[in-house]
Amino acid sequence: MPQIAQLAETYSSQVFWLLVFFGFVFLVIGRGMVPRVMDTVALRDKQIADDLAAAGAARQQADAEEEAWRLRENDNRAHAQAIIAQAKADAAAANEKKLAAAQKRLDKKLAEAAERISAARGEALNEIESVASEAAQDIVQRLAGVKVAKTAADAAVKKALSHG
Amino acid sequence: MAAEQGKVDPMHQFAIEPMFGSAHWEIAGYNIAFTNSALWMAIATVALWIFVAGGMKRELVPGRWQMAVESFTGFIDDLLEANVGKAGRKYVPYIFSLFMFILFANLLGLIPLPLALAGVHPFTFTSHFTVTGVLAILSFAIVLVVGFWKHKLHFFSLFVPHGTPLVMIPLIFMIELVSFMIRPFSLGLRLFVAMMAGHVLLEVLSSFVIDGLNAGATFGLIVSLPSFLLMIGICALEILVAGIQAYVFALLTSLYINDAENLH
Repeated sequence: MPQIAQLAETYSSQVFWLLVFFGFVFLVIGRGMVPRVMDTVALRDKQIADDLAAAGAARQQADAEEEAWRLRENDNRAHAQAIIAQAKADAAAANEKKLAAAQKRLDKKLAEAAERISAARGEALNEIESVASEAAQDIVQRLAGVKVAKTAADAAVKKALSHG
Repeated sequence: MAAEQGKVDPMHQFAIEPMFGSAHWEIAGYNIAFTNSALWMAIATVALWIFVAGGMKRELVPGRWQMAVESFTGFIDDLLEANVGKAGRKYVPYIFSLFMFILFANLLGLIPLPLALAGVHPFTFTSHFTVTGVLAILSFAIVLVVGFWKHKLHFFSLFVPHGTPLVMIPLIFMIELVSFMIRPFSLGLRLFVAMMAGHVLLEVLSSFVIDGLNAGATFGLIVSLPSFLLMIGICALEILVAGIQAYVFALLTSLYINDAENLH
């Protein structure tokens, strides 16, 4: 077993060179290079975390903005509905007013027409009466040869007419 | 020497040989020859440096290589986060170095034929307990330093679990102390034994293949072919073991550091 057989003559060189090379590995590679490699990893991890956080924040903002837009939209919609309803109500009121006015005019015209008709009828009746009384005077004169006074004839006609 | 004897010495692969005529380099009387072991430490270090450097492009969207390096650092980071907590982050450089250095050593030591054909034999320095022992002592020293630094003498309360009856405290204390002191040995020996066992097994099986073929076609069919198939399977297993042992070393170190950081 050379490890034991050569121990006395080689241990010092083994230990010496091991310390030299392991010391180099530790100081140059372990202390010098490894931290920089790990820094790179940490930097990358940080960047990824930052990017993720930024993306999350952006999404939250987008959500908030959408929510605000939705509220605004709802407001606008409600506002528009109110305007439409108001316009409808206004239009209905105006219509009603116009209709009422027209109705009034019509009623007035009707009343006037009825008045005129009744006046015309009265006139016509008077005329009929006078015609009838003249006719009655005439008939009486021809048949009986009696001259009837106009007032008497009128009264008689009126009496006959009213009796139907 | 194995070739000269006409048979395979499964232990020869662990032999340490000075290279480039450096056998007599010394510092303060201690031999510091640049051996094949040191060469493979250097290769592992360079390979690891290339691997990590390739992942340093620092791009926001990583390429494959960068992704691979980042997944290793992330793996160690998660390991420490899970076992030690937030305070574990400062140990990432050490645990990463430990894990990757052992992993590269284990894997590079497994590189088979192409290198051997070129006359270069891969050497697994993690199959030497001098190496694993030093790494284990390093980890253990960190645990001790951190423990006594953070908790001063309260660190000794680590050896007395909560709710221990008063009379039991001396006994429990001794048992816990011993199990604590054994940690560096178990840590170092585990890696060393696992790596050595796998390599010895591969070497023994390969000697079966060679000897069987030398003994003739019949033996070749009966002995060499199954051994060869078994070797392929065990190679896959060894790759798994290389990863697992590196992971176990890093995991146990982080568990021990957790004891020092958080006591109980």
